[in-house]
Amino acid sequence: MLKTFPKGGIHPPENKITSSIGIKRMTVPKVVNVPIAQHIGIPAEIVVDRKDKVEIGQIIAKSGGFVSSNIHSPVAGTVTKIDQIIDTSGYKKQCIVIRTDAKNEANFEEVTYPLLKEIKLEPKEIIQRISDFGIVGLGGATFPSQVKLNVKEGTKLDCLIINGVECEPYLTADHRLMLEKAEEIVVGIKILMKALHLKKAVIGIENNKKDAISIFKNIIKKEDGIQVAALQVKYPQGGEKQLVKAILGREVPKNGLPLDVGVIVHNVGTIFAIYEAIQHTKPLTERVVTVTGKHLETPSNFWVKIGTPIKDLIAEVGGLPEGTRKLVNGGPMMGKAIKNTDVPVTKGTSGILVISEDEASRGKSENCIRCGECVSVCPMGLEPHLLMNLSEKGMYEKASNEDIMTCIECGSCSYVCPSNRPLLDYIRFGKNIVKKLQTSKN
Amino acid sequence: MTDSVLYSVLLLTSLGVIAAVVLYIVSKKFYVYENPLIAEVDEILPGANCAGCGSPGCKSFAEKLVNTEDISDLFCPVGGNDVMKQVAALLGKEVAEKAPTVAVVRCQGACDVRPKTTEYQGPRTCAISAMVYSGETDCQYGCLGDGDCVAVCDFDAMYMDEKTGLPVIDTDKCTSCGACVKACPRDIIEMRPKNKRDLKVFVGCLNEDKGGIAKKSCEVACIGCSKCEDVCTKGAITMHNNLAYIDADLCTLCRKCVDVCPTHSIIATNFPQKKPKKVVVKKIIEKAVEKVEAEKVKAEKTEVEKVAVVKKEIVAKVKLENPKTDA
Repeated sequence: MLKTFPKGGIHPPENKITSSIGIKRMTVPKVVNVPIAQHIGIPAEIVVDRKDKVEIGQIIAKSGGFVSSNIHSPVAGTVTKIDQIIDTSGYKKQCIVIRTDAKNEANFEEVTYPLLKEIKLEPKEIIQRISDFGIVGLGGATFPSQVKLNVKEGTKLDCLIINGVECEPYLTADHRLMLEKAEEIVVGIKILMKALHLKKAVIGIENNKKDAISIFKNIIKKEDGIQVAALQVKYPQGGEKQLVKAILGREVPKNGLPLDVGVIVHNVGTIFAIYEAIQHTKPLTERVVTVTGKHLETPSNFWVKIGTPIKDLIAEVGGLPEGTRKLVNGGPMMGKAIKNTDVPVTKGTSGILVISEDEASRGKSENCIRCGECVSVCPMGLEPHLLMNLSEKGMYEKASNEDIMTCIECGSCSYVCPSNRPLLDYIRFGKNIVKKLQTSKN
Repeated sequence: MTDSVLYSVLLLTSLGVIAAVVLYIVSKKFYVYENPLIAEVDEILPGANCAGCGSPGCKSFAEKLVNTEDISDLFCPVGGNDVMKQVAALLGKEVAEKAPTVAVVRCQGACDVRPKTTEYQGPRTCAISAMVYSGETDCQYGCLGDGDCVAVCDFDAMYMDEKTGLPVIDTDKCTSCGACVKACPRDIIEMRPKNKRDLKVFVGCLNEDKGGIAKKSCEVACIGCSKCEDVCTKGAITMHNNLAYIDADLCTLCRKCVDVCPTHSIIATNFPQKKPKKVVVKKIIEKAVEKVEAEKVKAEKTEVEKVAVVKKEIVAKVKLENPKTDA
């Protein structure tokens, strides 16, 4: 019996259409719009001006505080303007617009880095470089990585978990990365183990990616301390708390972090970005994006420069098919619909999902029939129907007492609800209000 | 027989007496003194419990009025100056007189001038859709049209206009309690002073985008051209972030700004009808078209397309003759 987390969870249709399609390099876009708020925390501060010439990897926006991150130019070109552009949040945010220099060869060179196994940097230098090179959690939450790695002295820390679960349906970005860059990822793991003085690391992969599991099992035969954990396929296993529970059996306390039980969790994409930053001094300027959808001509995985407008990605896969209803940034479960195709790819964009009319419909919301399905699938052990009612009625204090803040917004409750109740919408809203109330109290 | 009747009567009477004594002692012992003024003040207050004053209800506001020394900051927006004067006379304290206000909706983005570019399928409340994204139109400052303001109005003073998709305020019923102002996630509703005839001039837009972008998302958006600022002789109009704002205290309701606004984003309400020149030009066009149509009908049953072509020609001709108009 394979490991998994015990509470709740669902199994939506996987639809991993692109899992056998290799990662292609996307044509360099003519214009990139780089938002300055791509990570959780304080937005970066712009350090370039209009008409400035920038090189690939040059810092264009500096970290604005501790929980913040540098942003580097993904292309060589000229800054044409600093404009307000709708980003994945649905609101207009400041973006640095860079026109790609068509004559500059650096833009079109396909650099293939050799595998470098020897780690020269010292632990402190490693963390400093991760911070300087703008690396954030590429799993979707975009939490600045150096903050996670800044472990206070005296904290008990004994295990690094690598999140290769990718439990979201449709998405295959991490899966392909694990297949194509397995050696590099293992080196990346060793870099982090060195930085954190750790002796144990576990790569968690769901059992629907058997090829990735076998590749890693082959590589780690030679390595000490790295293990591969094959996990039962269940959503939302990619959630930090669920993954820690599944692999180590440790329960992360509510409102706590995995660090509280001596674990640090990183996504495979992040690990690869760390590898490139440390071994090849390459800042985070591109990432793997799955462009997928049942009706697309050629859905596939791409290496995409940060800031590429989504319309360029859509053009690459043969344009929007007829009857397209919704474009989602991320997977179908936790992703967010985007407002138009000018929205740029950010560090957190793991996939672009194109949904047709029949898949997009949410159905009419009916009355709650008290079936308890939402309670049984909630991986955090909450009562979604209750939380929804409380936040709908404005009883935020009670909702806070019912642990609304521990909700990980996986959407399992909305997925199973036979009455199509907008459970997550209201819970998320309640969380927002409760968070505001809590900060105003302090 | 008589004994049993006697005993039961005696028993019940004594029980009653004991209970009365206990109740009397308890009521004396645990007596809570309440200032009788509070009840009197509560009687004067409107009793709407709208929380417009800042207190949760009229009773608690009455307590506050009685217990605080200086009540010049406290004001009941529903009762207005009359009620506050009565309260002041009763309590022997001084109250500040406030100009009556009324809520106005500062968005004119009806469905026909502000096209929808996306569709929202989530729960239809403004608070949630504002949290999720910038709304169904391209304007991220305008009304979301889900009626949170209407839902909180205790006085039945608001309704959603089905045609425009915007809330409408019945100024006679509006008590300026401010519930809608708090409910609107976009801060579109503003309290503005209400004069005798309820004449108001205000900018009906909150779009802070640059002119071109604003105009693209909504035809009646303020494009920040600052024509109104230039024409205003009282300095009542200020420009901030490509958006005009009219200070009601300085505004003399001359309506010069309304005439110069190229996008008609400045609203003037309850003024007697003016006859702007543009209407005259429109009439000329209409008359000319009518004439041509009548002729055409007389001559022969012509095709509709041809009439349209002729219409276009005439419009162009009239435009040539009156180059300044944009009708």
